[in-house]
Amino acid sequence: MARIDRPLSPHLAIYSWMISNTLSIVHRMTGVALSFGAVALVGWLVSIVAGYDAYSLVNYLLASIIGSLALFGWTFCFFYHLCNGIRHMCWDVGKGFERIRAQQSGILMLTVSIILTVGLWAIVLAG
Amino acid sequence: MSLQSPLGKALGQGSAHTGLDHWLAQRSTAIAIVPLGLWFIISMVSLQHGNYEIVSAWIAEPLNAILLILLVIALLYHSMIGLQVIVEDYVSGGLGYLTSIFLQFIHVLLAVAGIYSVIIISLGAGQ
Repeated sequence: MARIDRPLSPHLAIYSWMISNTLSIVHRMTGVALSFGAVALVGWLVSIVAGYDAYSLVNYLLASIIGSLALFGWTFCFFYHLCNGIRHMCWDVGKGFERIRAQQSGILMLTVSIILTVGLWAIVLAG
Repeated sequence: MSLQSPLGKALGQGSAHTGLDHWLAQRSTAIAIVPLGLWFIISMVSLQHGNYEIVSAWIAEPLNAILLILLVIALLYHSMIGLQVIVEDYVSGGLGYLTSIFLQFIHVLLAVAGIYSVIIISLGAGQ
């Protein structure tokens, strides 16, 4: 008798890629990126204790092109994680769960986080 | 074939009856990071042209030192819980436990290093 190929679960591949699940996985990715940001924050604090030379090195690294891109990325991740976190808390109290509302709030959240990031860096570059 | 009834199989397989504290801690640290994180970003923008002395003196101010320590605690606790959930989702078995414990050690180490640094900077500038 032929072996029965029982269905396996969960079938992640059968779900079409949509705005809601994309925003959800990006929430996790920004969270992981921000964990590395926390490492940078502590590294920055420790460098001040370590002395002027260590602080200058950290400052030089953060001011480099890669460092600046990382700082820009972390600010976007922060605003995204913050705005989507508020969206999650609305769901926690049972608000905005309808499919249309969840998609609308997702697009709103993404728009606000992009505006906040661009606005912040406009201030940084102007200052 | 098992003589256990379907009801017998189902009973006791429900909620673990733990985890609410974990869930609440993720939310409470998230709420704490909203004002603390925004304050930190705005402060960093205002300090962007500051040198070693200016930045050290800023950290040494009592209110800034207290808020920085609170930020370090809330950020690293939130990061630890969040990364643990991701590890639980994607890394199974013994490797998952080891990864979780490793991440806990890293987070406690970073938190202690961050708090220690803020205190040392505060004491140094007061002399």
